[in-house]
Amino acid sequence: MNPLQVGTHELQSRLIVGTGKYATFELMRECLTISGADVITVAVRRERLVDAAGRNILDFIDLKRYTILPNTAGCFTADDAIRTARLGREILEGLENPGASWVKLEVLGDKKTLLPDPVATLEATRQLVADGFQVLCYTTDDPITARRLKDAGAASVMPAGSPIGSGQGILNPSNIRICLEYLKEGDPNYPVIVDAGVGTASDVAFAMELGCDGVLLNTAIASATNPAQMAEAMRLACQAGYLAARSGRIPRKLYATASSPETGLISPLR
Amino acid sequence: MVPILVNGKLQHIAPEATVADLLEQLKLNPKFLAVELNRHVVSRADHSRTRLSANDELEIVTLVGGG
Repeated sequence: MNPLQVGTHELQSRLIVGTGKYATFELMRECLTISGADVITVAVRRERLVDAAGRNILDFIDLKRYTILPNTAGCFTADDAIRTARLGREILEGLENPGASWVKLEVLGDKKTLLPDPVATLEATRQLVADGFQVLCYTTDDPITARRLKDAGAASVMPAGSPIGSGQGILNPSNIRICLEYLKEGDPNYPVIVDAGVGTASDVAFAMELGCDGVLLNTAIASATNPAQMAEAMRLACQAGYLAARSGRIPRKLYATASSPETGLISPLR
Repeated sequence: MVPILVNGKLQHIAPEATVADLLEQLKLNPKFLAVELNRHVVSRADHSRTRLSANDELEIVTLVGGG
């Protein structure tokens, strides 16, 4: 696989994985390794003000190996998302991780669907770009919104295949295709990443076959019955989809075409 | 002692205490943290020279698992 360029970041793997919902930090660490990802997402939350020896996720992440992509999950206004992004940047600057320069922007519209608020997402994108962030935008599969976000300076537009954590895969491939067409018009290397909704390996392969540049997922691995094995499935699916997308698949036809010779058959019984 | 709000909870600090003093009082290692004072990030370099006042509102955050 060729590396994927997102802003100033070069990703060797086109699979970006989240760090949430794992039963243990040890299992998370194992799954991250198996997934082959070099970018992992995290959330920004209040420090629990207990002076217990509370283990921090960062004790289980090799900061030399992974580029951290902090998200603004849980924010419902542009202002809160911007504050969260700045706090994430501050932490990563202190850790000297290259992830300090970017953010996965989520500005949510409601708790039930976790669908993005497109108006607030666009506003937050503008402000964060002006503040020097490379903004990777979580958005719906709406091509018009996708185009507006790119115009606002988003380093990557990341349409959801289906709602976060729903495992429904890509519900509207036609919209994803139009997003790809609009975002890559005259700019074929503009990175488009499917973010959210993945349930299984075929969803990842399908996203890549559609022509997406990468896939971001979390729950599909973390909440699988066998997360480590699913992490491997996702890694392979991403590679398979990437290769298939560049191999010129055969056209779909209504009727059969034999793959064995039609001549030289033995004499049929009469 | 001076009242301040830290992550939504009332805390008391010595007058003229800095952000660094507060972190020490809370036994928090600044390595994995970021601090916001009245909605503006206080960079780590400024922790020891940023003084707190009565009724200041702080958010002290870290990174957690997420997608």
